[in-house]
Amino acid sequence: MANAMEIYQLLPKTNCKKCGKSTCMAFATALLSGELRLDDCPEILEDKYKQNYEKLSELVAPIENASETGMIIHEGKCTGCGNCVVACPVNVAEDPKGTGIGLAPKNDRVILKVVNGVVQKGNIHNCRRFGENKILCNACIETCPTKAIEFV
Amino acid sequence: MEDEDKYNVCTACSILCDDIEIETENNSITGVYTACRKGVSRIQTCNEPMPCTLDGKDTDVDTAISETANILKKSENPLIFGLGNSTEGAQKKAIELAKQLNANLDDTSSFCQGPVVEAILNGEINYTCTLDDVRNNADVIVYWGADPANSHPRHLSKYTYFPRGKYRQKGYDEDRTAIAIDVRESSTAEICGNNSYLIPPQKDEELIDALIDALSGKVPKVSFEMNKKRILELANILKKAKYGVIFAGLGLVYSLDNFEPIKRLMDKLNEVSNFYFNPMIGHYNMRGFNQNLFNETGYINRVKFKDSEVKHGYEYSVVELLKNKSVDSALIIGSDPMCSLPGSIARNLNKIPIITIDPCETLTSRKSRINIPSALSGVECGGSAIRMDGVRVNFEPMIETSKISDEEILRRVMEEL
Ligand code: SF4
Ligand code: SF4
Ligand code: SF4
Repeated sequence: MANAMEIYQLLPKTNCKKCGKSTCMAFATALLSGELRLDDCPEILEDKYKQNYEKLSELVAPIENASETGMIIHEGKCTGCGNCVVACPVNVAEDPKGTGIGLAPKNDRVILKVVNGVVQKGNIHNCRRFGENKILCNACIETCPTKAIEFV
Repeated sequence: MEDEDKYNVCTACSILCDDIEIETENNSITGVYTACRKGVSRIQTCNEPMPCTLDGKDTDVDTAISETANILKKSENPLIFGLGNSTEGAQKKAIELAKQLNANLDDTSSFCQGPVVEAILNGEINYTCTLDDVRNNADVIVYWGADPANSHPRHLSKYTYFPRGKYRQKGYDEDRTAIAIDVRESSTAEICGNNSYLIPPQKDEELIDALIDALSGKVPKVSFEMNKKRILELANILKKAKYGVIFAGLGLVYSLDNFEPIKRLMDKLNEVSNFYFNPMIGHYNMRGFNQNLFNETGYINRVKFKDSEVKHGYEYSVVELLKNKSVDSALIIGSDPMCSLPGSIARNLNKIPIITIDPCETLTSRKSRINIPSALSGVECGGSAIRMDGVRVNFEPMIETSKISDEEILRRVMEEL
């Protein structure tokens, strides 16, 4: 796994602050924690950094994937009970007339839904655990009778 | 609802979830949405479809039906059993057939939720409500001797604990309390967390009386190890409920000799707060069978027709009939008594001709003289059923089949008689 220094070495090191962080080192740390994504740095997207951009992409791929899909569903354990689907606050907010009241989803904005008897995730970027205002939401974990959902 | 038409009904348990979407390709089901795993496994139909056989050899349905009529005609005291997984149409036909044959008629409620359903239909318990009422109103939900997380997977998410409801808008963590009372730490108990109360087997009545004492301001006493504080705490939650519901599972029903203790508790609860009572029924249409037979005879199970008379009692239960070897043929419809009855009793089935009507192969069908495969209701044929809370649900078939429904099979048997 990459460390902050390795990432920093490949960044423009101009401390331009366009990513919202005060230094490129801070941006490197933010990349590592999954808080920001490589494309949040406008300078690295410039042609002259093409090679570095590619190397960085490789370095951060596992991290970015983890922040996208840090949710792991143990399909073998899932009974499709839908507790997580109905308890997820994002599902309730996005789909108050469907999953919010215990029914089938009425739109595609939900994060969790049950397909073929097993829970499936989508729109995971809307999950309260990610993004700028992330909070430690546990609703889908604590309502699951079989501990089928985990975050890494 | 704007697009209600696209939804199907799952008939894998008595919640009869009515918000299931499916995808089909060439008349086979390729995708199922929103049903739980249990539901999906029924909807995707049997792993081992039952072949049509007579004396272990393949035959056609017509022959099987006329041979069935022959056996039943000759039989002096036939038993008709099952029907919890059949449509109301098939159930009504079976009742007619039983009358015509002077047969005994019983179902699995005879050794499971029968007493509770009987008390409800008799009006002995009038504190019932629908699952929709629970979703909209309930703030305290008690699962007593029930583990819906396994038996009725969507019970908590579709109706009781997790969904928002008309008067429960804030979500389960603020608006509702789920309580589990059981002899073991079930999956449901785990969801209930601190509100899970473990009791030793057969001590349900004691806890009921302790709760009644606590609700009456007396000091509760139990002979087993359970902190007084815990009992008071539980009584307090029940007392404060604005709209409480007790869901009674087999664990509770089996541990009581009769229904009195539950009645005592419900009466007390409704003196101090507002409480409802519902049985957790397993098979998707067991309640339908009980209700249809009740409408016809005044009894929910264990009946024997004799000319225009209806006899009723424990001696006409499937268990007693087989134990006493008093029946001389058995027509089993959508049920697997070889699997669900105690071995010593089920063994007596081997001594009489069995006719099985079922979509799938079962332990019983392997021992049957005649097997007539039927369409899987809710998937291959439509009809109606009574949900666990007494609400009638209609459903259409999801796919087409060349198999005929059990209702049609029974109709043709009657024709042949
Ligand atoms: S963590 Fe919260 S927001 Fe994210 S999927 Fe689970 S319940 Fe929904
Ligand atoms: S709560 Fe658990 S078992 Fe139920 S659908 Fe969600 S992941 Fe599956
Ligand atoms: S809870 Fe019961 S009715 Fe609902 S989808 Fe699951 S098995 Fe089918």
